[in-house]
Order: sequence, then C-alpha cells, then structure tokens
Amino acid sequence: MSVLRLEWISKHFGAIQALEEVSLSLEPGEVLGLMGDNGAGKSTLVKIIAGNYRPSDGRIYIGDVQKDFHHPIEARESGIEIVYQDLALCDNLTAATNVFLGRELTRSFGPFRVMDFGSMNAAAAKLFKELKSETRPKDLVRDMSGGQRQAVAIARTRLASAKIVLMDEPTAAISVRQVAEVLNLIRELKHQQIAVILISHRMPDVFAVADRITVLRRGRKVADKPVSETTPEEVTGLITGAIQAA
Amino acid sequence: MTSEDKPKEFASLDDAIDWQTHSYFSRILNKQSFWVFIAAAIACLALAIVTDTFATPQNLFNVTRNFAFVAIVALGMTVVIISGGIDLSVGSTLCLSAMVLAILMNAGNPLWLSALAAIASALLVGLVNGLLIAYLRIPPFVVTLGMLSLARSAAMVLSNNKMVFQFGPDEKLLFWLGGGSSFGIAHPVIALVLLALLTGFMLKWTRWGTHVFAIGSNERAAGLTGINVLGLKVSVYMCSAFFAGVAGVLEAGWLGGVTTNLGQSMELSVIAASVIGGANLMGGAGTVFGSVVGAALIEVIRNSLILLGISTFWQGAFVGSFIILAVAFDRLRALRDESR
Repeated sequence: MSVLRLEWISKHFGAIQALEEVSLSLEPGEVLGLMGDNGAGKSTLVKIIAGNYRPSDGRIYIGDVQKDFHHPIEARESGIEIVYQDLALCDNLTAATNVFLGRELTRSFGPFRVMDFGSMNAAAAKLFKELKSETRPKDLVRDMSGGQRQAVAIARTRLASAKIVLMDEPTAAISVRQVAEVLNLIRELKHQQIAVILISHRMPDVFAVADRITVLRRGRKVADKPVSETTPEEVTGLITGAIQAA
Repeated sequence: MTSEDKPKEFASLDDAIDWQTHSYFSRILNKQSFWVFIAAAIACLALAIVTDTFATPQNLFNVTRNFAFVAIVALGMTVVIISGGIDLSVGSTLCLSAMVLAILMNAGNPLWLSALAAIASALLVGLVNGLLIAYLRIPPFVVTLGMLSLARSAAMVLSNNKMVFQFGPDEKLLFWLGGGSSFGIAHPVIALVLLALLTGFMLKWTRWGTHVFAIGSNERAAGLTGINVLGLKVSVYMCSAFFAGVAGVLEAGWLGGVTTNLGQSMELSVIAASVIGGANLMGGAGTVFGSVVGAALIEVIRNSLILLGISTFWQGAFVGSFIILAVAFDRLRALRDESR
C-alpha cells in the first residue's frame, strides 16, 4: 500500500499555472528522484506535500486517508518531514540539542523541569549509529562537516518517526566525499522503510540512490519510471523537452 | 597539512561517536570570559602590589558594590544579545523603576508594594519593547532607542523632574536593602550573585534558555522546529527590563535619593560588560560569568585610575578599546575558522 498518493494535483497562482494534474504515488522504503528544470514545479509540488501551499485542485492521501493540510504542522503530524537545503540547523548548539530542538527531553529538578542532556545525548548517539554516521552528539554543529550536518538534519526526521522525508538538494553544496556520506544516509532511511523524495539537479546522485524517477516540465509530469528502465541521457532530454514524454 | 586534517581511524562506529573532540581544559581556554577573568585578576593583583589602597576591605567593598548595578543589568542584556537583539532602553528603565518606587514610598506606601509596582513598570516597558520588536518586526535598535527617550521622559513627568529623597515610613528598610550589607558583603552584590546563578541556570538548564540561543543563531530554523519565536522574543525583552527594574530599586536604596538622570548612558557600560565578557552582538553567544567579569573589569579599571592618580577621563578610552578588542578577537577567531 502506498504511503503517499497524489491525485490530479493542480496549482495556479493567479494566471500562472504552476502544476497541472500531477499524480504520484510512493511506497514505503521507496526513494523517488524528483527532477526538472528551474520553474518546472518541483518546489511547488514539495510545498504542497509539506503543507506550505494548498493545491488549487486534486487530492492528497497519506496511507489511505485523504488529507487537506492548512499548515506545515499538520503535514508534520501526518509523518511528513522536510530536510531543507540549508538544513535549518543552529550551529551554536550541539548535534544532540539540534536533533531535539523544540521537543527537548526534560526531567524534574525540585520544582523545575530541566533539560535532560544525558538522555538526549544518548538518544542522539543511537540515531547517528542507526544512520551509520560518525557524528558525535556533544559536538557543536559549527565544527561539523557537511555530511555530519546532513546526519543531524536527518536524525531530526527520525526522531519524529517520519514516514516520508522530503529532501531538497541535499548534495548541492558539499564535497565529493560528503556526497557519498549523504547518499548512504538516504540508503539507511530506505532500509528503515521510510519513503524519500529526493529533489536534485545532480543526475549521478539520483541514479545512485533512487528507485524511480519522476520528471516535471512546465508543471506537468512527463515521465515516471524505474531507474533501471531509463538513462541519464533520456532524463536530460525529458527535462529540457528534447524528448516530449516517456 | 596538520594531524587534525587526517581522518581518525576508529575500531568501531561507537568509538567514533563517543570520541571527545575537546577536553574540558581546552574548552575553558577557548572561552573569552576566561581570558577576561585572567585580565581582571592580573589587574587586581598588580594594583594590590603597586598601591596600598586597593586591597583594603573598604575599597574592595566599594568596588564590588559599584559594579553590582551594572552587572545585574548586564545579565538581562546578555540574554537579549544572545537572542540576537539589543536593548538600549535599560538605563531609562532603571530610572523609571527607581522613580516609581520613590514616588510611591514618598506617598507613604510600604516598600514591598512600591518595589512590586516599580518592577511592574519596568516589565511594562519590556513588554512594549518585545511586542513591537516581535510582532511589528521593528528592529530592536530602533524600538529600544525610542524607548530610551520615552521611559526617561515618563520618569520626568511622574516626578515633575524633582529629586525624591524622602521615602516615608519604610525609608530605613530601603536604605538597608540597597546600601546595607550582610556578612561584610554589600546587598547589591548578594543580589547580583543570586540573580547571576538564576540566569545561568535558566540559560543552561531550561528549554527557554536553549531556545534563546537557538533564535540568536538561526531564527528561521528555530521557527521551523515549532518554537514560539515571537513569544520568546517578548520574554527576552521583559527579562532585560526585569533586571533593570531590580537594579533601579537597589540603586535607589543605595543613593538615598532618586533624580531623573539616574542610569543615564548606563546602557553603554552594560553593553560593554556583556560584549567584553564574550556576548556576540550578532547573536547566539554569551555567558553570565562573562558579563559579570566584564562589568568587574570595567569597574576595576575605573578604580585603578583613581587610586593611581590618573584622570578618570581616561576610563572611556580603556572601556572603548576593550569593546573593540573583544570584538576584534572574535572576528579573528571567525576568520581563522573559515580558512581552516
């Protein structure tokens, strides 16, 4: 059963048609590469799934329940987490504090509720271990590599026990060695039956981890096929419009 | 290529995750507040050797009491600076609080009631600051600059710009509270220690404190995690106003009279104390210990100029240089980190 299903999603901003009747479905543990040129509608689609925008038309199902998100918090409560391109981390705080930011663990200390750093560090260490990342809970994010920062951002989504993780250009601005680290993180999410939508311009990265590739062009879905049945050349053609549809 | 650049080899992932990058010792050496503390300690030691007037109990009593007021207000300022803001209105808030206290006590009200009203008036100033900054998104610099003028004007209107020096039936109690001492320590210093412990506890051990650091570093990220950023900002400016209000009550008791120029240009010493102690004006960094030590350093310099017979006009030059030096060190450290 699909974990996320979009049916005939359209979105227009005034006279501009950003998305036109896009349908999509995602299985648990499936990695979907979402590709398209700038302005093709990728970010609009992601913002609709994340609850930032409401579609002008069409339906969203999480599991088999139809959802109508009015606010990003409602999407998050349905198990959708986003890893932003800039990761949205506070670099003056430790890895563990970032993972738990906004949902800190506390314990009683006399009449007060105080931060339970011990439990948070231990829980964060466990999450990093699950992600097979060499990230230390007590290190400041400021002192971390790009790959470790990704691990912190992804550990946040694990803490929320997300079912679907949307990743916006996670490999855009980091070194080659760190790209490999991030791709491994995505494989770990897949291994734990979490569905991932990977938005990326980088063809090799998408072909390395994705099970399926969806291509958008001018707001329309022009292709949706398993990675094994397509090639980087075909996808490039679909993105630019040299190939109409596949 | 230094040895730090080489990836370390670990027997297992567990070892890698458990590995400590910094020992406690090296962490302390990296703190600006530690070096300011050393500077203040050396200054004290030098003065104790050079002069025979510094290390007397009376002088030390005076020095600690004098910096207590600035240090108490600097506690709140540090919280504001950590959150990425600034509060220029603290001196005027202190004056308003002292004036409300003085007028109410002069009219025959008891100390506890007058002090509560004084601190409430300060909190109101903080509330207005916070609401304008958080909800109307007016820059903190502008809002609190306006409030600097507004709050002092309110104190002038309330008192008709007259000095108040009679405090009704509870006068002795007020003078004891602000000017007295227990166990040989001036009461403002005891208040400073208690408030500093409270602030340190709040910043380090509560969710509120963690969130203050978070919004100072990356406000958008903090908002995305569901932290109530707007409410938090209001609380930060109320916190700053609260400390200014408390300092106002204590200072009224010490001086034995309140005029409308009380706390004038105090915001500069307060901000200097925070910044010298390691608070980052860009937000996200600052410590309670640092701001207290920063305030102490400023007072020790002032005191030493007097004891050494140098014109006190030089104090501003020293304080100003220290502010610039403190920020310059911070910049140098940031540049070094970027080039690494």
